Amino acid sequence: MKYILMMNTMKAGSGGFPNWPMKDIQAHIAFMVSLNKDLRESGELVSAEGLSFPDQAKLVRAGKNGEPITDGVFPESKEFLAGYWIIDVDSPERAYAIAARASAAPGVGGEPLNMPIEVRPVMSGPPPEFV
Amino acid sequence: MIAEPLDERSERLLRELAPQVLGAVMRRFHDFATAEDAVQEALIAAAVQWPQEGVPDNPRGWLVQVASRRMTDQFRSDLARRRRETEALQSGYLMPVAEIEKETLQDDTLVLLFMCCHPSLTSSSAIALTLRAVGGLTTAEIAKAFLVPEATMAQRISRAKQNIKASDVPFRLPTNQERVERLRSVLHVLYLIFNEGYTSSAGPELQRLELSHEAIRITRLLRAVLPDDEEVMGLLALLLLTDARRAARSGPNGELIPLTKQDRSLWDQAEIAEGVALISKALSRGSIGAYQLQAAIAAVHDESARAEDTDWMQILALYELLKHMSNNPMVTLNHAIAAAMVHGPRKGLELLEGLDSDARVAGHHRLAAVRAHLLEMAGDHGAAIAQYRLAAARTTNIPERNYLITQVARLSESEESRSGDPGRS
Repeated sequence: MKYILMMNTMKAGSGGFPNWPMKDIQAHIAFMVSLNKDLRESGELVSAEGLSFPDQAKLVRAGKNGEPITDGVFPESKEFLAGYWIIDVDSPERAYAIAARASAAPGVGGEPLNMPIEVRPVMSGPPPEFV
Repeated sequence: MIAEPLDERSERLLRELAPQVLGAVMRRFHDFATAEDAVQEALIAAAVQWPQEGVPDNPRGWLVQVASRRMTDQFRSDLARRRRETEALQSGYLMPVAEIEKETLQDDTLVLLFMCCHPSLTSSSAIALTLRAVGGLTTAEIAKAFLVPEATMAQRISRAKQNIKASDVPFRLPTNQERVERLRSVLHVLYLIFNEGYTSSAGPELQRLELSHEAIRITRLLRAVLPDDEEVMGLLALLLLTDARRAARSGPNGELIPLTKQDRSLWDQAEIAEGVALISKALSRGSIGAYQLQAAIAAVHDESARAEDTDWMQILALYELLKHMSNNPMVTLNHAIAAAMVHGPRKGLELLEGLDSDARVAGHHRLAAVRAHLLEMAGDHGAAIAQYRLAAARTTNIPERNYLITQVARLSESEESRSGDPGRS
């Protein structure tokens, strides 16, 4: 079964990952690289993407004539999706275990961040007899 | 049944034969879209049958025959509606394989390349089609290389073929007037394929097809059919001289290592030697083009044993020539770096100013990254940090972003240690 693991921790403005000390940034990157490598090697990784910083984000709505109306610059307290994994695992427990590992990614001073990771099943297609 | 995989040599043979077989089938049936599908099916049939039955004595003839049979089946299934194609089919199908063998192979590869890189196609379509029709890759392999679902890639290829059909491009070499322009499109597509493989090599690469090597292989094919074209030589030299640095350009966590910090003992000396020989030959012939100049610049870097030995005067002179030849803002950026290395960072920063009003590059992360680098050289660390941060926000490449953020942290820390311990002051 497939799950999406969403890391909703990226704050707009200052105070985030780009402002950490260099060795903490490097440790965090190394942690994420090794997590992805393990998931790939265990055959559980479907896809993983990191997203741009929130200062590149825009909210888009259609205007009266369907033209895009964009809204940008969000309050610093607002949280954004920083990235996600889609994994294909045998049980929900396994999905939670992977999420817990990602949650404990090292932050400033190597302390685990214990960030919240939202885990939700990814809907699949209909079973074969319905096709 | 579990099919045995094809051994490496036969697979290479199949890929080499792909454009020749397609060319032969195309000339018989005059229908690129259908012929391309038929050849794909023939390649897949070979991959299944050859491991069991052995490689046939005449592999090319075998593939042409299987593909022609697929064409026949295809045409028979809608014979009534497509009388015109049936006529083409008959004239083609009756021709014995021995006759087909006699035809010139070289022109076919070239015509196919011109066709797949037709200027009416978007570059992503041209890339996919070139990899399939000339490179002999399957849709699944191409999809994997671009990290998109197979259905997406299949659709992209099929739309590209519809476009070619609609544009009525004849299956022949372009006329002399068109030729320079059309060759430029071909070279550009090959260059893009190479870059796609080169810039994303830090991703989940374990299962990745080596797009860069595929670009080099196809450029070699092109060089074999156009042995006297200086720009083809220049492009091949550029790709080899750039690829030579592959092993040194990223660290264990996929982090980018800039040219000046690379371990040059990891550079591929065989590729460098081949690239240097090619570019020397091209330049000696006197018809200078943009790919040759870029290859010449790459050669200057590759021939420097240490970063501090780099002949920046020569690189600057080459960029000045290149600037006269192309109106590409990326050339201006690199020219500014070379000027900074020769005349100091302020000169480089001055040259960058003109780019702020160039919409093609004003919001590009490379401009901010280069400016950051030059500001750091000039000792203006505060401004450099701001520009590194801007570049990090703008890039869409994770290893590059990691590199840029690391530069922010490195400079911030050196600033703090320089201003001293605030508790003691």
